[in-house]
Amino acid sequence: MFASILFFLFSFLILGSALLVITSKNPVNSVIFLIFSFFNAAGIFLIAGAEFLALIMLIVYVGAVAVLFLFVVMMLDLNFEELNKKTKFIRTGIVTASILIIEMLVLFFYYPEEQSFIINQDNNTNGLTNTEIIGSKIYTEHFYHFQIAGLILLVAMIGAIVLTLRHRDNVRRQDIPLQVSRDQEKNIELKDITFEESE
Amino acid sequence: MIFEIGIYHYTILSAFLFFTGVFGIFLNRTNLIIILMSLELILLSVSINFISFSVFLGDITGQIFSLFILTVAAGEAAIGLAILVVYFRNSGNINVNEINKMRG
Repeated sequence: MFASILFFLFSFLILGSALLVITSKNPVNSVIFLIFSFFNAAGIFLIAGAEFLALIMLIVYVGAVAVLFLFVVMMLDLNFEELNKKTKFIRTGIVTASILIIEMLVLFFYYPEEQSFIINQDNNTNGLTNTEIIGSKIYTEHFYHFQIAGLILLVAMIGAIVLTLRHRDNVRRQDIPLQVSRDQEKNIELKDITFEESE
Repeated sequence: MIFEIGIYHYTILSAFLFFTGVFGIFLNRTNLIIILMSLELILLSVSINFISFSVFLGDITGQIFSLFILTVAAGEAAIGLAILVVYFRNSGNINVNEINKMRG
């Protein structure tokens, strides 16, 4: 009962803040509502019993992705007045979204009576926690997927650096081969100093 | 009974979140940042779907794939925002309707 009330609370907060994300005038407010939406999604995951994913969701989305969005929104000097002109595609958007909703409602109402998926009630957890089960699966059965996920992160990191790096001309940079190839004859000039008696 | 949370509730929540994201892409055709945020909302709804089916079917694989969705979402946000920053540096605005320089 209590979990049900929490579920409905979190659901309505997610949907409300998602609507505010897409209708807000200022992108900073949109990012704040996106963070709020992710918090509520973490609450939904906790209710469902996926504790590891809930906390990872908080760390990755709120700690990394949303902060990245905030940085970019605040770093770009945007003209919000010009960006907020609503487009002529709003009618297309309403049509598309309502077609999707109608499809989903049809699917809900014509769902067969007996449940066609098997609910595996004995989860066979053996007293393991959620994190332990995920860890024991991800390093054995899904080992290659895990490696590919790491590769995707590496490619994303290198791609973001390569895209945004720029070389400016008037900056002195360290040139290691030039430093190593210096020798004594070219760089040190010996001069004979004659001492003259000054009057 | 409405107070027993089943798989339907999670699926309906995920569906409406997905529609909100799709509608956000159409609503904000000029603002690239909000389009990226709508993509994050869509990926979040897919994650909710995966996790709810994983819990109700008693199979942990859905949660593992939700972890991979999280990875892809982080990479996509990083690359998308990098492209956005580069485009803003070159052209001075992020109006999506004017991003047609590769049209030829």
